Formats: sequence, structure tokens, C-alpha cells
Amino acid sequence: MIGTTPATYAPEAVRKRLQGKRFDAKGFAFSACLLAALLITVTLLAVLLYDVINGGWSVLTSRPIEFLTGSLSSAAADAGIGQGLRGTFFIAVFVILVAFPIGIGAAIYLEEYAPSTRLTRLIDVNIRNLAGVPSVVYGLLGFAIFVKALGSFTGPDANGRTVISAGLTLAILVLPIVIITSAEAIRAVPDSLREAGFGVGATRWEVIRSHVLPYAGPGILTGTVLALARALGEAAPLILVGATTGFLSGGDSYNLASLQGRFTAMPMVIYNWTGRPQPGFETATAAAIVVLLAVVLVANATAILLRNRYEKRR
Amino acid sequence: MPPEARTKRPTAGSGIPASRANVARPVARRGGDPASSSPVFRLDDLSVYYGSFKAVRNVSMSIPQQQITAFIGPSGCGKTTLLRCLNRMNDLVDIARVEGKVLYHGVDLYDEQVNPVEVRRRIGMVFQKPNPFPKSIYDNITFGPKVAGVKGNLEEIVERSLRRAALWDEVKDRLKDSAMGLSGGQQQRLCIARALAVDPEVILMDEPCSALDPIATGRIEDLMEEIKTDYTIVIVTHNMQQAARVSDMCAFFTAEINEHSDTRTGILVEFDRTETMFSNPQDERTENYVTGRFG
Repeated sequence: MIGTTPATYAPEAVRKRLQGKRFDAKGFAFSACLLAALLITVTLLAVLLYDVINGGWSVLTSRPIEFLTGSLSSAAADAGIGQGLRGTFFIAVFVILVAFPIGIGAAIYLEEYAPSTRLTRLIDVNIRNLAGVPSVVYGLLGFAIFVKALGSFTGPDANGRTVISAGLTLAILVLPIVIITSAEAIRAVPDSLREAGFGVGATRWEVIRSHVLPYAGPGILTGTVLALARALGEAAPLILVGATTGFLSGGDSYNLASLQGRFTAMPMVIYNWTGRPQPGFETATAAAIVVLLAVVLVANATAILLRNRYEKRR
Repeated sequence: MPPEARTKRPTAGSGIPASRANVARPVARRGGDPASSSPVFRLDDLSVYYGSFKAVRNVSMSIPQQQITAFIGPSGCGKTTLLRCLNRMNDLVDIARVEGKVLYHGVDLYDEQVNPVEVRRRIGMVFQKPNPFPKSIYDNITFGPKVAGVKGNLEEIVERSLRRAALWDEVKDRLKDSAMGLSGGQQQRLCIARALAVDPEVILMDEPCSALDPIATGRIEDLMEEIKTDYTIVIVTHNMQQAARVSDMCAFFTAEINEHSDTRTGILVEFDRTETMFSNPQDERTENYVTGRFG
């Protein structure tokens, strides 16, 4: 306010100016839209959760042990998900043993060792594209490789249609996701930290082991567990590698020899039960969904707890 | 700081492997003419490229032993680039490449037989921004000796390094605490202590005080003055007063603009004793810079 009279600076005049309200209509409309988007998401999730919990509650409360350990059955009142949980457990084991080390290893190589050439960038882009390939395609791959070509190794008793084939297929399915998230976490490590390590005469491996991986660890952990959750929820590849959809004898043993037999897994149980016309399967399906959700949530919660623990130590 | 900690130089008995402790270090003539003491580095027509971009060209100079040599000059004149050639830190940049020679006691650091990891154990570095490891103070100091294979008493190395860096009294009761909890000035002194812990011969400092307040800067400068009896220091600084205060030798760099590509290439204008550089420079560009008429 150059050139105005000193009266403009009188406290009253200043207060009037400062307290004047100007309604930002566009800003309000924009934030209202954003809030609506958030509410729609939350509402949908809440309805979905309420629906399955409400539907499956009677089963989970009336016969929890029988339901969690029982076998597939054509009678809804006897049906249990023990075989499905067992299949899902072994799939998780294979993903952790196969996809995590290979994926994290590939990410470390890409970020820390690979020279920045056109070939490296091409590989990087292609891994990102692989993460977007539909899961049914990975199912076909698993069928061709693990069931057909390697059937004599992955399960001679069941012509390769075993939980070994399923676990390896899902490990490959999440491999690109593990690589991408691990690479992001490694890229987030500040270069100054690497320089500090090299500056005191450490080798590349010593810098990676002592500084890069501990720093990137929480991020890698979060990404890999999210990938695990994805693998546990996939149904399409399981159909292709021959998960049992109907009656399954055995398939609930956790001993390693049984890995060569037929199998099923939680998403297959849910898929199978959903299609049954008999009464009672509707509630059983809902209960199975609740159990699968709980398994995935526990995995995610563990990852978050571990991450917070390690980040605090930083 | 007790006097013995100041003057005692670690020997083979202090846990440094014999192979490293026995490295021949010609004794400098203390107090003599800095320019005439035997050089640690001799740069011979050194040019540095990033891809096709020439960052520094045709630098030839000798850096004397147990002196503080300062690199000064305006931004973008290649001071830091040149400094990072002295311990092959530029190797970490994929596209960086050098022409010419960097002779360290007569050995070309860019010779194929030379292992850059060994180079950095003898030629330590302190960076522009304090960059302690996000670990305890103790672990910060011991990492270097551990990777160097030192089997001796790590506690002793920690205490000696922190005393030399004038940090011991401030942190002796919380060595297990995270280094991230220290102030900026303390972190930078910790980084210096970390560099000293591997017992290098040379310490390269890349604008070590640019992120610090004047008091912390003063402490670092005192520290440099103290340790130069045992170490050769090369410092890059934007601060001419700092160069005048701490350095024995001073190199002035400037950037020449390339007509065809709108890029800048650093060149060495003048290299002489600091007093001469500031009182009676030979080159007009140096005079303009040190008197504040340019840059």
C-alpha cells in the first residue's frame, strides 16, 4: 500500500483487512471431490467387509476348529478349509524361498552393480512390464514348465499338478513385483552413505552389506510382503496348474513327502464353494474369505511392525 | 587433549596390519618452504571427462606433503571433480573418465594394477555434507578399521580418532548412541575422526564447512591446523578467507566457457604459496578473484 495515508496502518484498518474473508470456491469444490473419492473407497471396502464377516460369522463361531482343520466335503455342514490353508501355507513358503532371494538379488545387482547401459535400461523397463502381465498368463507358463516339462520332478504322483508347481508359478508371478519394490528401496538410499563407505576404503560388497541393505531393509521388507499377499490371493494360475476343485483325499498333511500329491489352496476353495448350489455353502464361502483376509492382514501387519522396528534403529 | 595423543603417531603395534603400517612415508622437512617439500601427488596434464563433456582440462601440479593445499575458484570450475580424482572417488560415476596422470608417490593411481579400494584406505575423504552412517558413534569409527582387517584394540582406535578430531570429550559417555543425534558440526568432526581411524596418509576435504556455522567452522579449521603435522590435507573451499587462514599452498581454478557447446571446462590458473597467491598473484584473474572483483 505504497502512497496511502498513514490511516491505513491504524490497528482497526489493519485488522479489518487481515480478517476479511475470501471464499475459495474452486478450492472447496476440489477438496470436496477428493474427499468423495476417499469416502467411496472406504465405504465400498466397509460394505464388503461387513458382508463377508456377517455371512461367515455363524460358521466361524459355531464350529471354528472343525472348519479350520476339516476337509473339503460336498455337505456344507461338514466342509472345512484345512486342505486350502495347507496349500496356501506351502505356496507362501515357496514364494518366500524362491521369489524373495532371487528378486532381492536381482534388484541389488540392477541398482548397485549393473552399469547404466541401454541394455540395463531395457531390462529395467521389461521387468516393469512383466509386473503388469495378467496372472492367467503366468498360469499358462507354470502349466507348460512346472506341470508338463518338469512334472517328473515337481510331482510324479500327480503328473506335476502339485503345490510345488503352484508355489513356483506364483513365485515367478510376484518376482517382478519383488524386484521393482526392492530396487525402489535401494534407490532411496542416499549416495552420500555409499560415498562415506567407499571413502574409508570399503569394497562395494562391504558398503552394500553394512550400509545399503540395512538402510533399504525396511522398504524391501514392506514390498516383498505385499508381493506375498498378492501371491496368496491369486486363483487363476492355480486353476491352470491343476489345483483340485472338487473332492480331494488327503492333501492336508504338512509333511514334505505329501508335496508331491494333489493340492488345493484358499482362493480355489473360495472359487469352488461360490459355485455350489447347495444351501450352507454361501456362509462357508464367506467364512473362508474371512480366514484368507485374516491371513493376508497378519502378513501385512507383521511387515509393518518389523519395518517400524528397524526404522527406529536407524 | 593430552599432548601425547596429539603427537603420537600410530605404529604397527597399535593394531594396524604391518603391510599397511610399513608403507614408506618420506619424512617431510617441517617448517621448510612448502613448495620444496617432497610431493605426495603430482598431477601430469590431467583432464577429466563426464561422457563427452570435458569437466577439467590439462591440470599439472604437485601437492606437497604434510601441508594444507587449498583449491579455490568459482562454482563449476572443477575443483571437486579434481579432488575426487585423487582417491578415485570419480570411479563411482559411470561416465567419468580421466586422461593424463595422477601420480601418488610416483605411482599412477589410474594404472590398471591399482585397486581403488586400497587407494581410498590411504587417501581418506571428508564430504561437503556431514554423512555419518546411521549407526552408533562407535560403529561409525570402527567400520573403516574393520574392513581394513584391523584385529587390534578397536576401543583404543575409537578413543584416539575421536581425540584427534577434538570430539572425545563431547561424546565419550554416549559412544553407543546414534551419530544422527549429534549436531552438524559434531557430525562433521565425527566424519573426520572416521577418516583418521583408518590411518590414512592424505585427507581430502570437499568444502567440509559449507554446511556449518562459523563456530563449528572455526573448530574444524583449528583441527586441520593440528593434524597437518601428521597428514597431508587437500581442501576444496568456496570461502577465500578460509583458504587464506588455513592453507599453506593454494590453487586457483576458473571455468572457461566453450564456444560451441555452452558448457564450462575448469582450468588451473595459478598455484603457489598461499601468501603469494593472496598478496602478489601473478595472474590477473587470480587477483580479481582474491580481491573480490570476480566470482
